[in-house]
Amino acid sequence: MTVLAVTHLKGPHVDFAALSPLVAFFGGAIVVLLVGLLGSRKIREQVVPALTLVALGAALGLTIWRWKEPESILSGALRIDRLSLTLNLILAVGGMATVLLAWRSKAAREAAHGELHAMLLSTLGGMALLVAAQNTVALFLGLELLSIPLYVLCATEMRNEHSLEAGLKYLIVGSVGSATLLYGIALLYGATGATDFGAIANAISGSGLASNAMLLTGVALCVAGLAFKASVAPFHQWTPDVYEGAPTPVTAFMAVATKVAALGVLLRLFEVALIEAHGSWGPALAALATITILVGNVGALGQSSLKRMLAYSSVAQAGYMLAGVVVATRLGAQSMVFYLAVYLAMNMAAFAVIVARERETDLGDNVQAMAGLGRERPWLAWPMTISMLALAGIPATAGFIGKFYLIDAAVAGGYTWLGVVIVIGSMISLGYYLPVIATMWMTPSPTPGSVPAIAGGSQELDPIAPAADRDQPELVLVAVLAGAATIAFGIVPQPLFNLVHGVGSALGLL
Amino acid sequence: MPPLSILIWLPVACGLVGAVVAIRSERLPGLLALAGSLGALGLAIAYIVQYGPGSHGLKDVTDVVWISELGVHYKLGVSGLNVLLVGLTTLLFFAAILAANLGLTSRPPDRPRLFYFHMMLAESAVLGAFLAQDLALFVAFFDLMLIPFYFLVGSWGEGPDRVKATIKLVIYTLVGSLLMLAAAIATGVLAGEQNGGHITFVLSQLQGLPLSTGSQEWIFLFFAAAFLVKMPAFPLHGWMPDGYRAMPIEVLMVFSGVLSKVGAYGFLAIVLPLFPQAAAHFQTLMLVIALLSILYGSAMAFTQTHARLIAGYSSVAQLGFITLGIFALTPQGAQGALLQMVNHGLVVAPVFFIIALLAARAGGSQDIREMGGIAFRAPLLATVFLVVALATLAMPGSANFVGEFLILLGVFNAKLAVAVIAFAGVVMASVYALRLFIRAMHNRVGPDVKSRELTRMDALVLAPLLAVIVFLALYPQGALKRSERSVTSSVASAHADLTTTPSALAATEP
Repeated sequence: MTVLAVTHLKGPHVDFAALSPLVAFFGGAIVVLLVGLLGSRKIREQVVPALTLVALGAALGLTIWRWKEPESILSGALRIDRLSLTLNLILAVGGMATVLLAWRSKAAREAAHGELHAMLLSTLGGMALLVAAQNTVALFLGLELLSIPLYVLCATEMRNEHSLEAGLKYLIVGSVGSATLLYGIALLYGATGATDFGAIANAISGSGLASNAMLLTGVALCVAGLAFKASVAPFHQWTPDVYEGAPTPVTAFMAVATKVAALGVLLRLFEVALIEAHGSWGPALAALATITILVGNVGALGQSSLKRMLAYSSVAQAGYMLAGVVVATRLGAQSMVFYLAVYLAMNMAAFAVIVARERETDLGDNVQAMAGLGRERPWLAWPMTISMLALAGIPATAGFIGKFYLIDAAVAGGYTWLGVVIVIGSMISLGYYLPVIATMWMTPSPTPGSVPAIAGGSQELDPIAPAADRDQPELVLVAVLAGAATIAFGIVPQPLFNLVHGVGSALGLL
Repeated sequence: MPPLSILIWLPVACGLVGAVVAIRSERLPGLLALAGSLGALGLAIAYIVQYGPGSHGLKDVTDVVWISELGVHYKLGVSGLNVLLVGLTTLLFFAAILAANLGLTSRPPDRPRLFYFHMMLAESAVLGAFLAQDLALFVAFFDLMLIPFYFLVGSWGEGPDRVKATIKLVIYTLVGSLLMLAAAIATGVLAGEQNGGHITFVLSQLQGLPLSTGSQEWIFLFFAAAFLVKMPAFPLHGWMPDGYRAMPIEVLMVFSGVLSKVGAYGFLAIVLPLFPQAAAHFQTLMLVIALLSILYGSAMAFTQTHARLIAGYSSVAQLGFITLGIFALTPQGAQGALLQMVNHGLVVAPVFFIIALLAARAGGSQDIREMGGIAFRAPLLATVFLVVALATLAMPGSANFVGEFLILLGVFNAKLAVAVIAFAGVVMASVYALRLFIRAMHNRVGPDVKSRELTRMDALVLAPLLAVIVFLALYPQGALKRSERSVTSSVASAHADLTTTPSALAATEP
C-alpha cells in the first residue's frame, strides 16, 4: 500500500533537455526581474535589455538544438515537434525585435525596466507552452501565462491614460475570452471524457461524436475563446483600441507574437484533437475567416492612426491565415506557419518605423508623421514601403509568396472560393496601404527646413544617414533587417519553405 | 546567345547601381540608365535577328526551379509571340530614357537616382512579363511592373491630383491582377490534380493538361478582367484619363506604348492556349467589348480637347481593334493583332512625345484649342507629326494598314456583322488623328504659341522610333514571318473549338 502511494507521488518524468527553450524563457524572466532591482540606472537601462536578449538568444539556440524527431514530454502534456519548434523560433525572433523597439521607450522607463522585460519573457514562455500544448489543461495554462503579463504590458505607460485604458480593456475582454475557452474545454471533456488531444480524437472517431451537440458546443466555445486572442472577427472589437492605446513596442509584440501563439494552438487543437469533426467545423471556420478578412480590411480603410490601421490589418491577416487551418491539410498548416514567419518580418519593419517617428515628431502614430520620409529618411522609408507592399501582397516581397502559398492551400483543399475571398481582401487592402506609401514619398514634410532643400541635392538612398538615424540605431537596424528579410524571402523563399517543411507531417496530416 | 536573364535584369541592375553608387552626381544615374536600356535594346535586336522568319517554338530557354514546393519555375523563352514585343519594349524605354536624359520636354527629373531606378525596374518587370514561360512567374512580373509606375506617377507626375490619380491607377489595375493571381493558382492546382497531384505552372505543361469547361470559364473571366483593365478596354478604362493627364511624359511614352500590350499579349500567349474552350465560349462577349472600345474610344477622341486624352482615347480604340483581332480566333486576326500591338506602341509613344513638344510651344497648354499654327515655323516637326498621324489612322502603305487589314480580314471570316461595324472604326480613326494634327499644327495661331523648329536633341529621340515605323511600313513581312507559326499554334485550339462547337450543336439537332 505504501509502495503504491510512493509511486503515485513520484510525478512524471521531466525531460529538461526537451523543455530547455521554456526554461530559457522563464529562467530569463526571473534573472531579468532580479537584475532590474539593482539600483544603478545604467544597469537597468542597458544590462536588463541585454540580458533579455541573451535569454531570447538562448531560447533560440536551444530550440535549434532540439530540432529533431518529435517527442511528447511531461506525460504527454507537451509535444515538442516541428510546429512548436518553428513557432518558438518565430516567437524568439519577435521577442528580440520587441526588446530592441522598447530599448529607449517611455514604457520601459516608467515600468522599471526589469518588470517590463520579465513580463515580456514570461509572456513568451506562455506562448511557447501554448503552441506545444498537447492536452487541454496545458493549453489553458499556456493561455493564462500568455495573457496575464500581456494585460500588464499594455498598461506599462503608467502616465498615459490611453495605455491604462488599453490594459483595462484588454484585461476585461481577454478574461471573457479565457472564460469562454475554459467552458469550451470543459464541454469537450464532458463529451469525450479526455483532456489529451490524442484521446479526444480517438473518442470522437471511436464513438462517432462528430455531430454530438455537447462536443460541437465545446468546439464553438473554444473557437470563440481563441478567436478573442487571435483577433478573429467578430471577436476583434478590442483590437484597434488596445493596439492604439498600448505602448507601440508592446503593440508590435502583440500584433506578431500573440497571433503566432493563438493561431499555432488553433492549428494543433483543431488538426489533432478535433480532426475527426473537420466536416463540422471546417465550413464554420471558413465563414469566420471570410468575415474576418472583410471586416479587417474594410475597417482599416480611412484610418489616420497607423496603429489602428495595422490593428485592422492584423485582423485581416489573421483571416488569411485561418484559411490554412480551415482546409486541414499538410499544405494548409505549412502555408499558415510560412505566413506567420513572413508576417513577423513585415510587421516588425512597419512598427520599428512607427516607433522611430513617434519619438521624432509630435504627431504620434498619425499617418502624417510619415510625410516626407522618403526624401529625408530613406533608411526608414524603404523598410516601411517594403512592409506596406508586402502586406498588400505585391510580388518580389515575401508577402506575395505567403499569400500565394495560402491561396494554393485553399484551392487544393477544395476551398477555391476562400482563395478568391483572400484576393478580394487584398484588393481592399490596397486602399489603405498605398496611401501610406504616397504620404512617405509624394507628400512634402510637414516641418520644412529640417533638411535643406537643395535642388538636385537628392537625399534619397543616402548612405550618409542624417543625424536622427544615429540617435536610435537599434530601430533602424530592426526596420532594415526586417525589410531586407521581406525582400530576400520574396526572391529566394526556399529557406522559409525548408523551415516550415515538416510542420504538417508533425500534426499527422495528409 | 547570352541567357535571357541578362536581358531582363540588366536594366534594373544599371538602375540600382545608379541609385546606390552615384551619390553626388546628377547626370550619372541617367547615363547609367541610358547605357542599361541601350544594352537591353542591343540584346533584343540580337534576339530578333536570331529568331528568323519561319522560326517556331521557344528559343533560348532558361528553366530553373524557383519554388519547388509550389511547382513554380523560373522559365524564360523567346517565341514568335514575344520577340517583337521585347524589341518594342526596349526601344520605347530607350527612347524614354533618352528623352529624360536630354531633358527636352521638361526640366530634368528631380531626385534623378530614384527616378531612373524606378524606370529601370519597370523595364525589367515588363521584359520579365513578356519573356516568362511560367504562369506564376508571369503573374509576379505582371503585378510587379505596376509598382514603379505608382512611384513614377505619384512623385514625378504633373498636376495637383497626381497622387489621387496614381492610387486610382494602381488600385484599378491591381484589382484585375489579383483576380488573375487567384485564377492562375487555381489553374496550376486544377491542372496538377490531373497530373497526379504535381502542381505545375509551366505554360507548356499546362497546355497539355486542359481544364474542365466549367473551371475554364470562371478562370477566363478573371484573366480577362486583368488584361482588359490593363489595356484599357471600354467599361474598365476609368483610371485612364486621370492617369494619362498626371503622368510625366517619359513615363507616359512607355506606359501607353508597352503596358497596354502586356494585356493583349496575355490574351494571345496565355488565355487562348490554356483556356481555348472558354475563349470560344466568350468570343461574342469579347468581340462586343472590343467593338464598344472602338466606338467609345473613337467618339471620345474626337470630342476631347486635351491632346493627351485624344491620344489616350485613341489608344482605347486601337486596343479595341487588337482585342477584335485576337478574338476573331483566326490566324489572320491574331497575326494582325500582334503586328498592330507593335505598330500602336511605335506610334503612340512619339505622339505623346510630340504632344509634349507642342505644349512647350503653346505656352505649356496641352489643350488643342490653344495650340494651332505651329507648323508654320516648324516644318520638320510638322512632317514628323504627319508621318506619325498617318500611321495612326492606318494609311495604306503603313504597317498599321497591314495590321488593321489582317484584323478585319480575320473578323470578316469569323463574324461578318462585327467586321462591318468595326469598319466604321477605321473611318473614325482618320477623323481623330487628322483633327489632332490639323488643330495643333495648322488652323488659327493659338494665343500663346511661339513656334520653333524641332531641336536636334528632340530629333534624336524621335529618329529611332520613326526609323522603325518606316522600316515596318516597307517590310511588314519581317514582323509577320517571325510571328506566323507561333501565332497560328497559339490560336489553333481555340479556333478548333470554335469550328467544332456549331457542328456539334448541329449534330444534336434532329
